[in-house]
Formats: sequence, structure tokens, C-alpha cells
Amino acid sequence: MIFDPEIFLTQLVNPAYLWGALISVGVAACSLVIATVLGFFLAIGRTSKQGLLRAPAHLYVWFFRALPALLVLLIMWNALPQVFPALRSDWYTPFVAASVGLGLVEAAFMAEIIRSALSSVDDGQELAARALGMKPGSVMRKVVLPQAIRTALPPTGNEFIGLIKYSSLASVISLKELLTTAQVGVNITFRYAEYYTVAIMYYLVIVTIITLVQSRIEKRFLWTSRGAKKNTDPISLSTRALATVPKEK
Amino acid sequence: MSTETADTIPTLHVSNLHKAYNGIEVLKGVEFQINKGQVKAVLGPSGSGKSTMLRLMALLEPADRGEISLDGHRIGASDNNGRIAHHSERRLAVQRRDIGMVFQKFNLFPHLNALENVVLALTEVQNVNKAEARERAFLMLNKVGLGDRDRHFPSELSGGQQQRVAIARALVLNPHVMLFDEPTSALDPELVGEVLEVMEDLAAGGMTMIVVTHEVKFARRAADEVTLFDSGVIVEQAEPGEFFDNPQHDRTKQFLSHVH
Repeated sequence: MIFDPEIFLTQLVNPAYLWGALISVGVAACSLVIATVLGFFLAIGRTSKQGLLRAPAHLYVWFFRALPALLVLLIMWNALPQVFPALRSDWYTPFVAASVGLGLVEAAFMAEIIRSALSSVDDGQELAARALGMKPGSVMRKVVLPQAIRTALPPTGNEFIGLIKYSSLASVISLKELLTTAQVGVNITFRYAEYYTVAIMYYLVIVTIITLVQSRIEKRFLWTSRGAKKNTDPISLSTRALATVPKEK
Repeated sequence: MSTETADTIPTLHVSNLHKAYNGIEVLKGVEFQINKGQVKAVLGPSGSGKSTMLRLMALLEPADRGEISLDGHRIGASDNNGRIAHHSERRLAVQRRDIGMVFQKFNLFPHLNALENVVLALTEVQNVNKAEARERAFLMLNKVGLGDRDRHFPSELSGGQQQRVAIARALVLNPHVMLFDEPTSALDPELVGEVLEVMEDLAAGGMTMIVVTHEVKFARRAADEVTLFDSGVIVEQAEPGEFFDNPQHDRTKQFLSHVH
């Protein structure tokens, strides 16, 4: 049995793979969103001055950093519905279980990324914003977060790629993601090389796209007049007329 | 003379101000006041507590003891049966709006261009709509001589230009008093002049200003009164002529012999 290009090419355009790839990306994206939101509050908790907030955040990170993602997925899909009958409903699909499960694990790691990103923002920034009279929420949203996001972006991109790969673990809870799709094909045809090569191709394309999108986003955080988004509303002519010619040079 | 009382209420008044960090007393009962339109320069060696006094006045840190009043109203804390009750951060935020602060390190927001730095103060703090905020911000940038730099980001501006944007950002909120914490100490010598020029224009325009500085020339030219701060207390206060040419205290003479 040698590598059959025809089988490879037929499978390469098989919609099942595309669907599997979309599910992989979908699970990774959903779990990243969950992890980022949860991780943000964990990061706030871990840096809080109040032990009452710090302790649960520490406990969470300690717990979910220790558990293998595979175990969490099995618990999410097999154990939890036994304990909570509400999870036996139709809406609790493998997709939901995988997204939440991986999101919970990932949150422990995102918490660290976000914590260090927040602490990388110069203290003077918060000080200046407070001195202007901005309220605490405003200071966070308009001054600290935009700067922390820039620092958090590259490691978050890495985490996203990691999650794409972690999503293949969800095959154990019968999620038809990319690797499962390949495996199903292999089980029927025993054409390992062709089917796995197709999977390789899809993973490469996915990660390439993520990398491109990431560098696009990072460019928006360059903070120079050239890299800036085009700000369309110019200062009105009447204001420019009011403004006298600058006196220097 | 019914206006007499209104005129004599100081714009900013601090009394018996105390502050300690880790048990080390930085402020030891400071008495200070400034009236509307006055410019006071505060000199003193590093670590004398002058910057700490400014931070406390700007309500950025709570005082251990003492009172701060703005236009006759106590701010920052209330008296709760003899115990000092510090106001919440949200309440302090509202009180800070009448006090402008300029920092040694400028602290411009690096993710916003010069105009947006000034706009943010208006939209977030005074709820001015975006269009109006942009017009007002532009006029303020123009006032500090940066009307042609509105699209530049802080990383694309010189230190002197950054500090002028920072002044515009504080000024656009129409504060009752402006506090300057060594505004030219982080600047290259050739950029000091443009910042001092803006500050002198402000002073001439009647702005109430407290300026912590090492610029003796500025203090002499622009200040109504010069204060020497040392070891957490005010040593001497006098008009510039008196202060520099005929200092009363030995500590002042000693300090001036170093900076002259």
C-alpha cells in the first residue's frame, strides 16, 4: 500500500473535514472567550488586597492547573450529567461540554497572562487617570485594559493555537472535530497516511490563518500615527479658524 | 463688604497634614494655603515631602491626619466623631475633577494620540459629547502650541511636547487649581523652556497654581510666593524677592547656596 494521491485529494475537499475544522476552531474560540472572561476576574482576584478575593482565585488556579484537560472533558461529559439531571437535556451537546471544559482549564492559564499584562501597565497611567477624576471602571476600561491587551495578545495567540489542538481531545466525548473526522475515515478505509495528511493540511491552514489574523490585530496596537485607524471626523473649520497659528517655529 | 468673605476663602487650604509610609513620617503637620489666582512655587531637597503633599492635595493618597479644603469645602475625608473617614474612590473621583495635576513623568496615555488624550478627559469625566470634546480639546492643544501635533501619539512627541499635552489634558477640565509635580525634571535641558513658557502664560492668565520645582528662575519670575519645604514641614514662605535675596532661615540660606 503506497500513498494514493487520489484518495488524499478527494478527502481534502470532503466537506466533512471542513465541518470538523470549523468545530475545532469553534470549540477553541468559545473556550478562549470563557477563559478570558473568567481569567480576567481571577487575575483581579489574585492581585486583590482582600484575602477573601485572593483565596478563591488561588484555589481555582491551583485546582485547574493540576487536572489533565482530558480528565476534565470526561468529567464534563460523563460525570456531571449523572450528578446534575439538568445536564441531560438536548442543549448539553459535546460542543458545549468541550467548550466549557476546556474554557475552565484554560482560565487558570489566562489568569496568569492577564495578571502579568495588567501589572505591566505603568502605575503612572492609573495615577494620571484618577487625577483627572475618572471613576474606577473608567480607569480600567479606557486606560489600563487597552494597554494590558497589547501585552496579552501574543501569549493569547499561543493559547488559542494550543486550544485548537486541545480540541482534538474532545474526540473522547464524541465531538466530531477535525481529528475525529480523520479517525472515522481511517476506521473505515485503513488509509492512515492519506487521511492523516489531510488532517495535517487542515491544522496547518488553521494555524496559518490564526497567525495572520493575530499579526493584523497586533498592528492595530502599534500606537503610531501611521498604524492608527483612520479617524474620520476632522476638527471643524470654525474651530481651526478660532485656533491661532501656533506661535513656535 | 459682603464679598469680603468669598474673597478670603482660600482656593486650596491644608492644615495639620500628616502622612507616614511604613512608620516613617514624610509630612509632619503641613499648613499651606493658596488663594484664587495665586502662583506658589514649592522648593526643597529631594525626599522633603513636597511631592507627597501634592499627591495628598490631589486626593491620590489619603492623609493620615489633617484637613484639605477646596473653596472652603472639606474634601478627601470627613470627620466622623473625631475619627477621619476617608471618602470612597468614586466620591474622590468627583472631587478630583476640580484639581488639575501634572506629573514629572507626563503619564500621557500611550494608546491615544495627543487629541484623544485630551478628549478622553472630557468624555469620561465631564460627559461632553465626542464632537464637542474634539473641538474643545483641539483648542486647548492649540493653546499650548501643539495645534499641529493633534494626530501624533505620545511616542512620536518630544518630552516637552508630551508635557504640554499633559498640561492641556488637565487644563481642559477647567480645574480650580493646577498642581505641578516637578513638571520639567524629566526633560532634556533644551526642552524645559517650552514647558515653563506655557506655565508662565497660564500664571499670567490668572490660573491658581502650586508648582513643585527645582527651577529657581521660574519661581523668581512667575511665582507670587515661594515656599521652602524640608523634612516634612514648611520652613519659610515669602515673595520671591524676599525669599531669594533676603532669606530669614538658615535652612533656606543653606538650600539656596546649593541651587544658585
